[in-house]
Amino acid sequence: MNHLPLIIKREYLTKVRNKAFIIMTFLSPLIMIALFSLVAYLSQLNNTKQKNITVLDESGLIESIFTDKETVKYTILDAVTLEDAKAIVEEQENYGLLYISDFKSTTTSIREDEKRNVDVEFYSSETPSLSIISALEVKVEKRLKELNLEKKGVDQAILKAATVNININQENFTGEKTSKQDSVVKLIFGGAAGYLLFMFIIIYGNMIMRSVIEEKTSRIIEVIISSVKPIQLMLGKIIGTTLAGITQFGIWIILGSILMIIASLIFDIDFTQVNTPQQELVTQAMQNPNANADAQLFINAFLNMPLANLVIAFILFFVSGYLLYSSLYAAIGAAVDNETDTQQFMLPIIMPLILAVYVGGFTVIEDPHGTVATVFSFIPFTSPVVMLMRIPFGVPIWQQILSLLILIGTFMFTIWMASKIYRVGILMYGKKPTYRELLKWIKY
Amino acid sequence: MQNLLEAQSVSKNFGDFKALNNVSIAVEKGSIFGLLGPNGAGKTTLIRIINQITMPDKGQVLLDGEPLQRHHIQNIGYLPEERGLYKNMKVGEQALYLAQLKGLDKAEAKKRLLFWFDRLEIGDWWNKKIQELSKGMAQKIQFVVTVLHQPKLLIFDEPFSGFDPINADIIKNEILRLREEGATVIFSTHRMESVEELCDHIALIHKSNKILDGNLNAIKRQYKSNTFEVGINTENASELQRSLLEKFIVSPAEFKSLNNELKLKVKLSENESANQLLNYLTTRGEVSHFTEVIPSASDIFIQAVKNN
Repeated sequence: MNHLPLIIKREYLTKVRNKAFIIMTFLSPLIMIALFSLVAYLSQLNNTKQKNITVLDESGLIESIFTDKETVKYTILDAVTLEDAKAIVEEQENYGLLYISDFKSTTTSIREDEKRNVDVEFYSSETPSLSIISALEVKVEKRLKELNLEKKGVDQAILKAATVNININQENFTGEKTSKQDSVVKLIFGGAAGYLLFMFIIIYGNMIMRSVIEEKTSRIIEVIISSVKPIQLMLGKIIGTTLAGITQFGIWIILGSILMIIASLIFDIDFTQVNTPQQELVTQAMQNPNANADAQLFINAFLNMPLANLVIAFILFFVSGYLLYSSLYAAIGAAVDNETDTQQFMLPIIMPLILAVYVGGFTVIEDPHGTVATVFSFIPFTSPVVMLMRIPFGVPIWQQILSLLILIGTFMFTIWMASKIYRVGILMYGKKPTYRELLKWIKY
Repeated sequence: MQNLLEAQSVSKNFGDFKALNNVSIAVEKGSIFGLLGPNGAGKTTLIRIINQITMPDKGQVLLDGEPLQRHHIQNIGYLPEERGLYKNMKVGEQALYLAQLKGLDKAEAKKRLLFWFDRLEIGDWWNKKIQELSKGMAQKIQFVVTVLHQPKLLIFDEPFSGFDPINADIIKNEILRLREEGATVIFSTHRMESVEELCDHIALIHKSNKILDGNLNAIKRQYKSNTFEVGINTENASELQRSLLEKFIVSPAEFKSLNNELKLKVKLSENESANQLLNYLTTRGEVSHFTEVIPSASDIFIQAVKNN
């Protein structure tokens, strides 16, 4: 008799009705949004505070470039000694003092390192922020370069006219056009898909494991398996918990978006302005600070992706990868008596997962079709994550099918193995098994 | 009478460990069969094989003459020794779930549950969670769930553990009543007094082997040693004891009585009869007590295990 639907229903309902689960489902997005709003608010606060920087330019040739900005206010000092300037800055509690020495205007070129004819220093009470120092360096360097060019008789206007801006148009041999924006969108999509799977496995794999342990500690297991086959119970648990997980994720996404809209309306926080370091990296990589604004390009990039392939592959790899790992979690739950004993078995599960996310994160960005990324997208324990990250860049269908077949073969094997461990383990109490014993159980 | 269950030469190994070695049992229809043995003897393994939780390496099990198949689980009700319920589920919900796993449809399961809950006076527990109940209360629910689908074969492993004497008695009477209604019962326990009360037939498993099997009364006859407990009022007790010692094997006995008589256990040899002893005793004094010593299940258990 097929009891699977009954078991799935029970697993699902007890999970969904569990108080802790309900609280987590509704509280997590609130907490996330609250934290995110706080970070956004604080970073705005940080940015809006104007910093006072005092400049003492003994040469008098550079000070002209320091114009006040929203975030920085410059005070130019004249005809004071360095010692006096320092005293003034300290007294006024300014952010810092930028000192530029009087370099010899007679030399043909101004070089800071070799001839030491320019001395630029920054004095402050605390260590200045990295971004301010780099900004100042860029400014001064640019001005000195201009001065050098002027000395050599090069006109600024000529230089400007000679500057060329190139945006390489990319097109593959089948005629599809791509752009840099495409790569960014693909990275975001692949990364999100891979990371989602990673999170899903960790959260709900653990939930499956705990639910198996619960049946063991409450000693109901023997009653149940005198009615149903252990493999049915295991599959029922995995599927029921997964459905509960999908419900939770769904609520998170809906609730999260609603709250995000509400929060941004109430607190007037623009979430797109919250620049994470990653976003800055992407922006830098594109060498185009205005790229964010160019929404049309991103929509085009999104539409340029192999969408149908993406959706189908996402579902197949997600489900297979999740089943592969969750069966292992179920087997671990069956092998031990309590959660503290699970530690020794968790490492072999977590390692390939983390490896997959790192390999995906680094090598796919570097070269989505390179050897490392390709090989890892075939190894079954890393393939779901890595392949999901690669697919937006266009992976040949035969590769996807081959990888999927390997993955399905492996998960059939792990489910078979897990059910063996499961049917022996659920009736074992009192001792923590070793790997050798687990191997023996498989042979029973 | 026909056998409901037959285990034929069943063997099971776990790695190098031999859990069952060529064990056969036959359980008559409508009987209560006591499956006895020290801890770790292999009883639970045999029960799990009957429940198709583990598969035997050798041998087979017949239920109603058919080799065990998956659908037979509906004909068996099993109350394991290691038992429990889901802590965070309500009593009624949980009982319904377990009954449905045994193949009852929901409406029928609910009807029968309400009947049983009423009968055991636990009707107001329906919406309670298991964690609010005491151990004995939870055991009652497990008992109900075990018998609810009216199986032909009931297997109880230590059914009375966790019960107070009153509830243990209620459960005992329910088991007897189920037998009256036609169920066959396999009963595994260490409580020898309940074996005496309930079992028609016993099998003793020791170190993976069956060492004793048969009708309880027949086994008792087999184990009786032709020994009699004697109480006698006599003027000269030491003289009588001496003369008895010349003829029989005599040891002091202890039993409750109103008088301060001489209490002895007298073992007769095989060709001597009780009457001979009684006749002799009546010539020596006033006999106040004369019974045959019947070995208890506990004595048989200990003796059989020691002999092996």
